[in-house]
Amino acid sequence: HYYCRQSESIGSTLLGYIGIDTIIEQMRKKTMKAGFDFNIMIVGHSGLGKSTLVNTLFKSQVSRWSSGWGGEHKIPKTVEIKAVSHVIEEGGVKMKLTVIDTPGFGDQINNENCWDPISKYINEQYEKFLKEEVNIARKKRIPDTRVHCCLYFISPTGHSLRQLDIEFMKHLSRVVNIIPVIAKSDTMTPDEKNEFKHRVRKELETHGIEYYPQNEFDDDMEDKNENDKIREAMPFAVVGSDKEFQVNGKRVLGRKTAWGVVEVENPNHCEFALLRDFLIRSHLQDLKEVTHNIHYETYRARRLNDNGGLHPISANNTQESNL
Amino acid sequence: MDAIMLQEKLVERLLCPRVRTSRQKEKQYVGFATLPNQVHRKSVKKGFDFTLMVAGESGMGKSTLVNSLFLTDLYKDRKLLNAEERINQTVEIIKHTVDIEEKGVKLKLTIVDTPGFGDAVNNNECWKPITDYIDQQFEQYFRDESGLNRKNIQDNRVHCCLYFIPPFGHGLRPVDVEFMKALHEKVNVVPLIAKADCLTPSEIKKLKDRVRDEIERFGIKVYQFPECDSDEDEEFKQLDKELKECCPFAVIGSNTVVEARGQRVRGRLYPWGIVEVENQSHCDFVKLRNILIRSHMHDLKDVTCDMHYENYRAQCIQDMTSKLTQDNRMESPIPMLPQSTPDVETDRLIKMKDEELARMQEMLNKMQQQIHDGKDQ
Repeated sequence: HYYCRQSESIGSTLLGYIGIDTIIEQMRKKTMKAGFDFNIMIVGHSGLGKSTLVNTLFKSQVSRWSSGWGGEHKIPKTVEIKAVSHVIEEGGVKMKLTVIDTPGFGDQINNENCWDPISKYINEQYEKFLKEEVNIARKKRIPDTRVHCCLYFISPTGHSLRQLDIEFMKHLSRVVNIIPVIAKSDTMTPDEKNEFKHRVRKELETHGIEYYPQNEFDDDMEDKNENDKIREAMPFAVVGSDKEFQVNGKRVLGRKTAWGVVEVENPNHCEFALLRDFLIRSHLQDLKEVTHNIHYETYRARRLNDNGGLHPISANNTQESNL
Repeated sequence: MDAIMLQEKLVERLLCPRVRTSRQKEKQYVGFATLPNQVHRKSVKKGFDFTLMVAGESGMGKSTLVNSLFLTDLYKDRKLLNAEERINQTVEIIKHTVDIEEKGVKLKLTIVDTPGFGDAVNNNECWKPITDYIDQQFEQYFRDESGLNRKNIQDNRVHCCLYFIPPFGHGLRPVDVEFMKALHEKVNVVPLIAKADCLTPSEIKKLKDRVRDEIERFGIKVYQFPECDSDEDEEFKQLDKELKECCPFAVIGSNTVVEARGQRVRGRLYPWGIVEVENQSHCDFVKLRNILIRSHMHDLKDVTCDMHYENYRAQCIQDMTSKLTQDNRMESPIPMLPQSTPDVETDRLIKMKDEELARMQEMLNKMQQQIHDGKDQ
């Protein structure tokens, strides 16, 4: 036997510049080369401006429909899951954005369990990832098709949430990150909007619906403070548009009516800018991390438990596993 | 000329016929040309009644629109239910009645509200309470009409149903189609596009075209404005044409008064502008109000009486007589309703039938006994 002495790590004053901090730059370069995947699901009944909003968020035609609704918007008889991917680039960073649309949700007369196909799809992506993970010869970067974020569109009735809204969010808030938004909010005056938001938040609380960013996953005080502010301001009341108009000498994205132009990026008109900053500029990576570290792990643990502690894939014998 | 003024002219024409005042023609003048005047005076004394039903999901602005149309506040003490409270709610029928008087003319206005419609997760046949209600009013009227004291019949029949289509769709949804088809042969259905201030003018046009197209495609019989008489002037005909092409009306309502262009008007104040409810370039509210109140209220009532009610009545009588004439018995001269309190005639008929049945049963028993005996041997 040998004897090993572990010296305590002590902070030492550096005598010169070494260059440890460049590791951040190295990481950045690597991730930039690798690119990002981001999968966003949009849920809400037909006509709430989901596709337009997603196009506005990412400033590209990334939804299934091109701008304007001249196309055939036929309501399917059952809920369908349609995923469309685009690679968009900005500042040298490439993102493979997948928009998952759910036409047919909430459009039928009887909408019982219309969230089942959605729930099934989300779990299937977790399963796919799990299978790759337990492979002996795994890919270096497992293709990530898991849903990182689910934008749920609330109809701006001005009264309160609808039954279907509550049922959906109750069933899915523990499986995926749900971000509720109030669609087509230019139908409400500022007072109506505030009252509606307040009522909706209370209802979400009453039903124990934890929307993203979830309280329990705040890492530290700094996160908690930042997220508290965001939680208080949610759900964001948004308006989407892919048309530009001239307002006060500037070209802005908006909607032109007989009584004025609704400016999408004007914080006095709607909260689109808040949603965009939150979703894309500050919490994009966190959404992926929560999906991977929490939702996916929950799924994996459950599969393990269901299998009596054995690895889930070994029971299937569909491919060689590392057990 | 203003649309309102033109329509008022029409009303005047109906009520005050041209009277020949020339002396030469006085001999031929009998005087019954004043009949419309007399009718007018009598009905003003009696007063009018009108029953309007509003249907559509909650949050479509139905109550606000009704308040804007009739300049009342029918829903002052309303408490909005939250989603949890609405979970087990079925579609209800709530009536609000208000007496309005204007320039000596009295109107008893009844608004039939349908809270809960289309709000559940499973909305199968959510229109049934509504169709049942309409049928009940017809049945009530039918009974009253056939009764002895007909002087003070209360007409609770629904004269018009405003159906609110959400502006957030791409046309009619399955529930819209099913609802209108369940009701189009029982009541005058007037489809509206609700909360139209969230749509741009081109979006409104697209949606209207789409809805009109789907209404035709699905065979939905919405209320048709009657053709105007051929002797009306061109301007009036043009306005009438515009009105018909405007359907379904895109409406906005408001309970608040705002300051716009130096005047106080009913409207909605947004950070980007002010929507005026009565501004025809903003929405079709004025057109709807004119149709409903100023020009077609009477026609709506007529169509309800002459078409929808008569259809119901004919169907009712047919059902009833087919039950009674099954074995070629005499046709009942008095319309009888299955649940009505039994009167002498009904009792007699029932007794006769019972006796007949008893006799037939006895014969059957005898025959069975014979067969049975025959078998034994």
